[in-house]
Amino acid sequence: MSELFLVAHIAGRGVAIAAAQVDSVVDIGEVIAVPRADAFVRGLAALRSRVVTVIDTGTALGLEPTPDAVRRAVITVVEGHHYAILVDSVEDVAPFARLPLSSGLALHRGWATAGTGIVERDGEPLLILDLAAVIPAIVPAA
Amino acid sequence: MTGLERGARMDDLLQEFIAETRETLEAISGEIVAWEAAPADSGRLDAIFRFVHTVKGSCGFLDLPRLARLSHAAEDVLAAVRDGKRTPDTALVNAVLGIVDRIGEIVEAIDSGSPLDDSGEDLLIAALAPDAQPRAQAPTTPHSRAASRSVRLNVDLLDHMMSGMSEMVLARNELARRLRDCDVDPKVEAALERLSLTVADMRDTVTRTRMQKVDALFSALPRMVRDTSAELGKSVDLEIEGADVELDREMIELMRDPLVHIIRNSIDHGIEGPAERRALGKPKNGRLVVSARQSGNQILIEVADDGKGIDVARIVAKAAEKGLHSVTELAAMSDAAKLDLIFAPGLSSRDAVTAISGRGVGMDVVRANIEQIGGRIVLTNDPGRGLRIVIHVPLTLSILSTIIVGVGTQRFALPRQAIEEIVMVRGDAVRIDTIGDAAAVTVRGRRMPLVSLGQLFKLNDDAPPTLVIVSTREGDYALGVDTVLDTEELVVKPASPAVMATGVYAGKTLPDNGLPMLLLDASGIAAVAGLRFTPVVAASTEVEEVVPGVPALLFDDLDGCRRAIALAVIDRVEPVAVDAIRWSGGAMRLSIGDAIIPLHAVAAFGTRTEVAVLRLTDGESEMAYAIAEAIEIVALPAEMAPARGAGPIAGVVSIAGEQIELIDPHALFAGQPVTLASLPVCLLQVDGSGWMETFLKPALEASGYRCVTALAAGETAAVALAMEDTPLRETLAPVVTLRRTRTAEGEDDASIYRYDRPALIAALAARRAM
Repeated sequence: MSELFLVAHIAGRGVAIAAAQVDSVVDIGEVIAVPRADAFVRGLAALRSRVVTVIDTGTALGLEPTPDAVRRAVITVVEGHHYAILVDSVEDVAPFARLPLSSGLALHRGWATAGTGIVERDGEPLLILDLAAVIPAIVPAA
Repeated sequence: MTGLERGARMDDLLQEFIAETRETLEAISGEIVAWEAAPADSGRLDAIFRFVHTVKGSCGFLDLPRLARLSHAAEDVLAAVRDGKRTPDTALVNAVLGIVDRIGEIVEAIDSGSPLDDSGEDLLIAALAPDAQPRAQAPTTPHSRAASRSVRLNVDLLDHMMSGMSEMVLARNELARRLRDCDVDPKVEAALERLSLTVADMRDTVTRTRMQKVDALFSALPRMVRDTSAELGKSVDLEIEGADVELDREMIELMRDPLVHIIRNSIDHGIEGPAERRALGKPKNGRLVVSARQSGNQILIEVADDGKGIDVARIVAKAAEKGLHSVTELAAMSDAAKLDLIFAPGLSSRDAVTAISGRGVGMDVVRANIEQIGGRIVLTNDPGRGLRIVIHVPLTLSILSTIIVGVGTQRFALPRQAIEEIVMVRGDAVRIDTIGDAAAVTVRGRRMPLVSLGQLFKLNDDAPPTLVIVSTREGDYALGVDTVLDTEELVVKPASPAVMATGVYAGKTLPDNGLPMLLLDASGIAAVAGLRFTPVVAASTEVEEVVPGVPALLFDDLDGCRRAIALAVIDRVEPVAVDAIRWSGGAMRLSIGDAIIPLHAVAAFGTRTEVAVLRLTDGESEMAYAIAEAIEIVALPAEMAPARGAGPIAGVVSIAGEQIELIDPHALFAGQPVTLASLPVCLLQVDGSGWMETFLKPALEASGYRCVTALAAGETAAVALAMEDTPLRETLAPVVTLRRTRTAEGEDDASIYRYDRPALIAALAARRAM
């Protein structure tokens, strides 16, 4: 049984994102910073008539911050809010079979929380990234 | 509100009624025809019944007696048919349809303003009677139908229009950007300019289609309050505030029923009758204040009355009686939880259900309705003096009048409602000082805290040239910004949790330039910047004059003496419950939320349940000083007679000819022993092993004793403690002897095993009483 995945590159790694989580793939325009927000919030950007929260994917995953030059983003909706998840590049959408994470695979940092499985593309394993889990959980102030 | 405005509002409501009636008439015309063809088919009845019922309901309010009479008569007959008391026959159907037609005619006549005589209406009603003779169809006069001035639209359509509009704005912006990049014919530029103006105007209009002044909700209240209070033989003065706050149309509709219910409850259960009020020394007329305002990302609708409030004890008794909670559960509840019981299903706060507020709809339904739209309801009960109910509903889709401020390279919107004034930092009118490490600004003699947005947001470290005086519910402060750019009406939407978690934003918005912008939350900024306001200080600022010299707070101390303390060390003055103060860990401590700070008190609290404390801060640590009452802010004279001996008194100053002790905050913070005169002294006759000091002292202090190993001059011990094998030193105090063995040696051995804590405490208390 296969489902559709978007193959993208984040922090130099190939990842697969369930197509059901992808609203669209866009190049975002000017990003307005959000002072005092957590570092993983790059800022806000306008996407047509909508304001999306731009996520610095590198920082969110506990890796190096995604460079400012990265403009390509996968738009996803989590709990009614639109987020732009910055990605290095996007390859294509293709059907793959969802495989469980190999046992003993030691994922760290954000990869561990956001990685939910594996797909195999021509023998190359790609981590399935749950976009909702990429955005760190927020404890609302007060 | 002028009579003219009220008239105009009634017109609006009338227009709405006409449009609605016309629309329903069209919708049920099919049902009417079907029913006419088959009178026995009572399934057709429901739509028609609903129609006359709605008309009847609206008529009462709009004061349309003719329509009311007709619809009432028809409703009665239809109800009888529904209940099976009458069988529908052709005569009955004709009679009902005659009335439905007549209602349509009258509505059209009202709309076009043309007169329509009421002859024949009695006949129409008479035709409904069971024994009525079939009558000839009354000739209907052809009438001109006035062109309708209103259309009813689905909100989805408006939403769609709204998002299309936003797209259009962005397309315009894109076009403008591209044109800027190349050499353009001035004619093209002029066309673009025209397009821009039209688009902006359009956007404004489209945005407004979803918004409605909360007045649409409030306008029906005066009449309702009048009628309800008249019915109950009470007189109530209604005050309406903030009717021009705008709210989403849908939200207004959803708020209608809960608001009506709450107001009826207030008049029925809250406000007392005139005789009772007079006996209580209250003005004869009850006062009901209904207000709307915007606060942060919420709209607050408040209903406050000056009636008797909620009798919590009665609610609790009622809950016990109905078996909603067990008596033990109820006893353990906090006051707030007890008050919350009025929202419990099936609990009416009154023993007798009245016609006004008891219609099977309780506060539980009200709360459910409000929570359904993402709101919440908060009660503030002041028994004997009134009840305040605040409904919080989200701002979602509210249009907001804002002021755009610039800091560094960024722009932020501030709700205009929160802004008191904007002042430039130059000249003598505005002075900025640093008090401790806190910045304060004095504008025309009024001092308030200053928050530099640039520093708070780490955007700009320079001293802000412009101050926006912001007024929040807690207090006023000055927000320093670089520039004030513009005013703009914005549609604000909630931002994502990651953004809201900062606590300083109320939402996000997309202004005309197509760049997202954040709406600042004035109260949130105050909280994040660490500003803390108290009502006491706010009240005293009003009388505060610009005083020369060091300002100090004059206050009555707990021991009755009048003392003074420098104002700069006072963070705030606030009342605290005496319960929150404990003698723990060898010092008096005050719990504030999760924090515990040392407290200094010069005397016992006596019978007080609440005591005012000065919250003192040296910028880093905090302590509290309990006082009886704050008096006023005075200027300290330059001369001071230094105090003798140690202690938290720096010296004596003369204020208005009186000798006033001046508190030495340095000594307080330096950890002067905090002694409380009323704590009983326990004299420990130590044996040199250190056991008493190490093991016993903390236990005793936790139980409210002050332990000393030697008495100071003039000090007397309430009780003394000694080990059985230590020679007893001479003391006037009764002695409790401790033994090392678990069991007593004989019957007359009154000593206590040294680790038997309860017995020890009891023995100390018993000896003390001797």
